[in-house]
Amino acid sequence: MENFAYHTPASVADAAKLLDAHEDAKLMSGGMTLLPTLKQRLAAPSDLIDLAKIPDIKGVCRDGDELVIGAMTTHAEVHENALVRELIPGLASLAGQIGDPAVRHRGTIGGSCANADPAADYPAGTLGHGATFVTNKRKIAADDFFLGLFETALEPGEIIVGVRFPIPVWSHYQKLRHPASGYAVVGVLVAQTKSGVHVAVTGAGPSAFRATAMEEALTKDFSVKAIEGIKIDAADLNNDIHASSDYRAHVVTVLAKRAVAAR
Amino acid sequence: MLINVNMTINGKAVSGQVEARTLLVEFIRDHQRLTGTHVGCDTTQCGCCTVHVDGKAVKSCTMLAVQATGKSIITIEGLAQPDGTLHPVQEAFREHHGLQCGFCTPGMVMVGVDICRRHPNADEHTVRQELEGNICRCTGYQGIVEAIMDASAKMAGGKA
Repeated sequence: MENFAYHTPASVADAAKLLDAHEDAKLMSGGMTLLPTLKQRLAAPSDLIDLAKIPDIKGVCRDGDELVIGAMTTHAEVHENALVRELIPGLASLAGQIGDPAVRHRGTIGGSCANADPAADYPAGTLGHGATFVTNKRKIAADDFFLGLFETALEPGEIIVGVRFPIPVWSHYQKLRHPASGYAVVGVLVAQTKSGVHVAVTGAGPSAFRATAMEEALTKDFSVKAIEGIKIDAADLNNDIHASSDYRAHVVTVLAKRAVAAR
Repeated sequence: MLINVNMTINGKAVSGQVEARTLLVEFIRDHQRLTGTHVGCDTTQCGCCTVHVDGKAVKSCTMLAVQATGKSIITIEGLAQPDGTLHPVQEAFREHHGLQCGFCTPGMVMVGVDICRRHPNADEHTVRQELEGNICRCTGYQGIVEAIMDASAKMAGGKA
């Protein structure tokens, strides 16, 4: 990889200043996507701003009816955290299905969401739970965050500080895991939340989305039968060597049914 | 521009000067001459470069040396006792013939120790799932899985 200047700011404000000062700078959290990208020379930032030394953006705490997960909290920490396991076990399970154990020891929720890989698990986790991203500038609802392929609502100089998850009544994640990469060929999170039933889909389209027809059907009748006949339009889905768009559309319904059956 | 890095490797304080882009595995192998840690795929997939950073298994090909500053690293060379007594996971790999060519073995043993710590009395399904990030191209995994299950039971039972 090309060389770069390396920075370890001690605060989010300092990280933001560095981002502003260096036009070609990139933020690094766990580096599980960024470092392979640099190795392949798909990116060559002038400066890497490592967020690892910022103390107050990692860990999990409860704030009323929400769990607040710091952006630098690793997948392993979310998976093993007692609060997450007690209050949002569906999210703890999702975090434990990302990548492999060594990747889960480094990769973070903030990094995964900011990268917005179409096959990453956390986009479904955040959309499905109706989470809110807290940045150094504002709050962004998950519904407004994922805009497209590797595209988010984050502006230049904006840094995810944490993610707030409303504690659901119940949630469950089902994933068809790509056997080599560990990414989701399709992943579906179904949640019963205080604002209704959410069905969030990742892996299937250019970015994670909510299956609104399934949500409406499950709101009326929370049963496997209610969504049996509902199929996502394959025309909007990914079609690649791993799976055709028709197959992905089929698997979305299968996984949604399995998730509902787990209730 | 070179950057000073300081860390502990296998209990010994080490330091060196590296480029920002120097990988942790390059620092371990080329600067510290600890060549037990292997580079297989160099793309975070095969796990041959697995080491422990502050007690957790990570792939040292996907971490910068500068990111390891101030941390405690354990490599395959640091597992056995100074008198040569093997770590229970190493002993179990020997016992169950959990290797063939040996290239993946340092990573398998390091991730095996991590698995045993997190999963006392691990069953076969757990071990196979936890080996997701480590690839072996000759054994078919059977001996590796048996070795880690055996070591996990022995470590949980306090026999080792």
